[in-house]
Amino acid sequence: MRDNTARPLKRKHEGRVSTILKHKIAFAGLVIIIAMLCMAVFAPYLAPHDPNDQDLYHVLEGPSRKHLLGTDDVGRDLLSRVIYGARISLFIGIVSTFLSALLGSAFGLISGYKGGLSDMVIMRITDTFMCMPVMVMLLVIVAVMGPGVQNIIIAISILTWTTFARLMRGQVLYVRELPFVEAAHAAGASELRIMLKDILPNAMAPIIVAVSITLGRHIMLESIATFLGLGVQPPIPTWGKALRVGYSYLEIVPLFSIAPGLMITLAVLGFNFFGDGLRDALDPRLRGEGKTL
Amino acid sequence: MSNKGENILIELDGVSKFFPVRRGLILKGKRRKLKAVDNVTFHIRKGETLGLVGESGCGKTTMGRLIMHLEEVTQGRIRFGGKDITHPTKAQNRGLKKEMQMIFQDPFGSLNPRMTAGDIIGQPLRIHRMTGSRSEYRERVEHLMESVGLHPAMSDRYPHEFSGGQRQRIGIARAISVDPRFIVCDEPVSALDVSIQAQIINLLEQLQQELGLTYLFIAHDLAVVRHISDRIAVMYLGGIVEVASRSDLYSHPKHPYTRALLSAVPIPDPEAEVKRESFEIKGEVPSLENPPRGCKFHPRCPRAIPVCHKEAPLLRRQGGGDHWVACHNA
Amino acid sequence: MAPLLSVNNLSTHFFTGNGVVKAVDQISYELNAGETLGIVGESGCGKSVSALSLLRLIPNPPGKIVGGEILFEGRDLLKANKKELSHIRGNRIAMIFQEPMTSLNPVHRIGCQVREPLMVHQKMKKHRATAEAIGALKKVQIPDSESRIDDFPHQFSGGMRQRAMIAMGLTCAPKLIIADEPTTALDVTIQAQLLSLMKQLTRETGTALIIITHNLGIIARYADRVNVMYAGRIVEKAAATDLYRHPKHPYTIGLMASVPQLDQDIKSRLTPIEGQPPDLADLPSGCAFAPRCRFAVEKCRMEAPRLRPVSGGHEIACWVDVE
Repeated sequence: MRDNTARPLKRKHEGRVSTILKHKIAFAGLVIIIAMLCMAVFAPYLAPHDPNDQDLYHVLEGPSRKHLLGTDDVGRDLLSRVIYGARISLFIGIVSTFLSALLGSAFGLISGYKGGLSDMVIMRITDTFMCMPVMVMLLVIVAVMGPGVQNIIIAISILTWTTFARLMRGQVLYVRELPFVEAAHAAGASELRIMLKDILPNAMAPIIVAVSITLGRHIMLESIATFLGLGVQPPIPTWGKALRVGYSYLEIVPLFSIAPGLMITLAVLGFNFFGDGLRDALDPRLRGEGKTL
Repeated sequence: MSNKGENILIELDGVSKFFPVRRGLILKGKRRKLKAVDNVTFHIRKGETLGLVGESGCGKTTMGRLIMHLEEVTQGRIRFGGKDITHPTKAQNRGLKKEMQMIFQDPFGSLNPRMTAGDIIGQPLRIHRMTGSRSEYRERVEHLMESVGLHPAMSDRYPHEFSGGQRQRIGIARAISVDPRFIVCDEPVSALDVSIQAQIINLLEQLQQELGLTYLFIAHDLAVVRHISDRIAVMYLGGIVEVASRSDLYSHPKHPYTRALLSAVPIPDPEAEVKRESFEIKGEVPSLENPPRGCKFHPRCPRAIPVCHKEAPLLRRQGGGDHWVACHNA
Repeated sequence: MAPLLSVNNLSTHFFTGNGVVKAVDQISYELNAGETLGIVGESGCGKSVSALSLLRLIPNPPGKIVGGEILFEGRDLLKANKKELSHIRGNRIAMIFQEPMTSLNPVHRIGCQVREPLMVHQKMKKHRATAEAIGALKKVQIPDSESRIDDFPHQFSGGMRQRAMIAMGLTCAPKLIIADEPTTALDVTIQAQLLSLMKQLTRETGTALIIITHNLGIIARYADRVNVMYAGRIVEKAAATDLYRHPKHPYTIGLMASVPQLDQDIKSRLTPIEGQPPDLADLPSGCAFAPRCRFAVEKCRMEAPRLRPVSGGHEIACWVDVE
């Protein structure tokens, strides 16, 4: 007798995307992020002036028809510099977060799955990193390696991968005890296969949330380093640098520092908001998938 | 139904599994051994179903895991098809995993939530490089889904889109995908709804007939075990107390624990209930860390005699048939 | 004599993102003092929700009791205010839950938890309540109850914890005990001990008992009357002996045929109920069981049947007379 009774259940279209769109704050975050990305990608079309063109007739001026946000201390158009600034900030933020997450996840995965000596060594390394003040170390590393986009990315990644490693390790410790991992063992799967196919995909959710929130934090780190003169070097337009210079002229042209400061705040907020929404979307318990009956 | 030749497929000889127990958080106290499985001997014939029953913590799940080599055997020997597989090499283990598969209790947890049903079912095929061409692989997965009563069109869905019974069908399809000879069924229906259990039990029986499978059926539900098994082994605190064919075991249980177990299961028939002989035992299952001396069952046993306090009984053949009991009183 | 408890057209719905889940839909039943009622059904059939509704323990939102009345000792519990309700909970009606692991608070000693209802409801002084608690633990056969009263829950085994829960339930001499799958998490030998104990204690004190379970055997052994639930409704109501001898609703008949039984012929093959229980948020029109029913006729798919008497005290919600 064939038991062909199982019928397809109705597909529940409670997708993750729609959850994020319903989450108002996350949606706001997403809008900010998309706006920032557009600004960075289409900077040459959006900016009214070349960011490095100096209008020496209008130096340190407030908003005018020609310069919507005014000009800086050498007569460059502030709006254009803020728009171009998105490029470098996002670039550094994204690349450093990606590197940091990649490095951290790899070590966390090995540490959590293998346990024993490798776990011990990796965790002691992360402990060491955890007790270093990130800001101070960042400045020290950049000072030693010299400023520049590449170096600041490397410095930020080195200092922050441990957060991802710990997060990933905790997840792996949980996931590897789940029955489907045992099922994979029983089916004869190799360790590498189990790590990559069974454990990693099921341990990713909190990493993805952390990536979004870390992105904001890295943009902040870069701005601070640049603000202190150790980050990206002129004439590349950055928010941190603009904030630094504008700060000296706060009383004459307040927009000079307010505009880049606002951009940094917006970017960080955008990523944080989006991260919160992601957390809700990726956590099935909050999505009402588990029935309470 | 099953071929009852004396062809033995799997044989366990004095198998034990001890787990180290450490007490104390900082100072490691005396190392003690928790005897999860203690000197167990039994065999399973080709094509038969051996039911393994017992209450939680009796070691029945560890038993299955030892056979599947998910756990290292501490003492004793396991033979499969005549070959010693107690401590297989890596290559041997791979080969074995093709011949032995496992069905798990938890239909929700035992499927990777990030894989589609088709991928889950085909996973053992990919692991053992039995996929063949792309179209052959697809066909094989579709055929497997059909043979467990799932619509092949559902192969691209994720586990959370299926009901409990359907998920268990996916788990079964995964287990039979590489044409194994032997399957360990670890409580395959206990997490399912009453009306769904029968569907899965029938499916398992049907597949056994079609594919000539041998089952080790681990469960705590005596009625289910009685239904599906040819022979039944009863476990208590890591040891086997009675093994017999199902008709023998259920009509003439010899070990007091088996009798208590049977009497504890209510029959859905109030009139028969009233007439049944009641054989209630007192007390709780002792902890495995500190099992009683002598016969492990004696503190709860209404028939205990002085020798039970001192000496652990061995599993001995009773009567002429294939009925084995570990009791001084039998 | 008026029944102890009479539930009329009780409906409890859950308002979720997927729509309205009709967990309990217009159920009615009565329970006399000292009687044992079994409520049987599969997971998600509404048996637990119906019990929680009696004490108004439904989390709101998303759940809400949308209609009906619950008359307990002549008073409508749905109209009771908070103070009256807390006087009834734990005092007049006690509840025993499925999970002996989590229903005791792990940071308080057993004794403290067992005597608490006495101190709250009966305003007993601590030392008297403690003495009562020891007595209650003795009654549920916990050995050395004088010393074990100072143990924490983790020092008790699962069976002992459930015994302590029963002791807690019994301390205030309630009129009704609701036991929601009280032994599902326990081993069979312990299960048998506990249920006999509960049955014996309630018989001694004349307490009414509602046992909620998915196990037909438990109902047969311990209940006087049975409600069979499916998809939020009662589909069959009968005296226990009558139900097992002559099940009349196709679902009950199917359920009995699909469960392997110890006293069955060994060779008999199980007859499963095809398909699966419906999604409560998306019930079929007409009878909820119709899509799985072997006897379904046209009418079953159009109109939901109401309970109707078929013989003395035996009611079914079905259009068809199955013989």
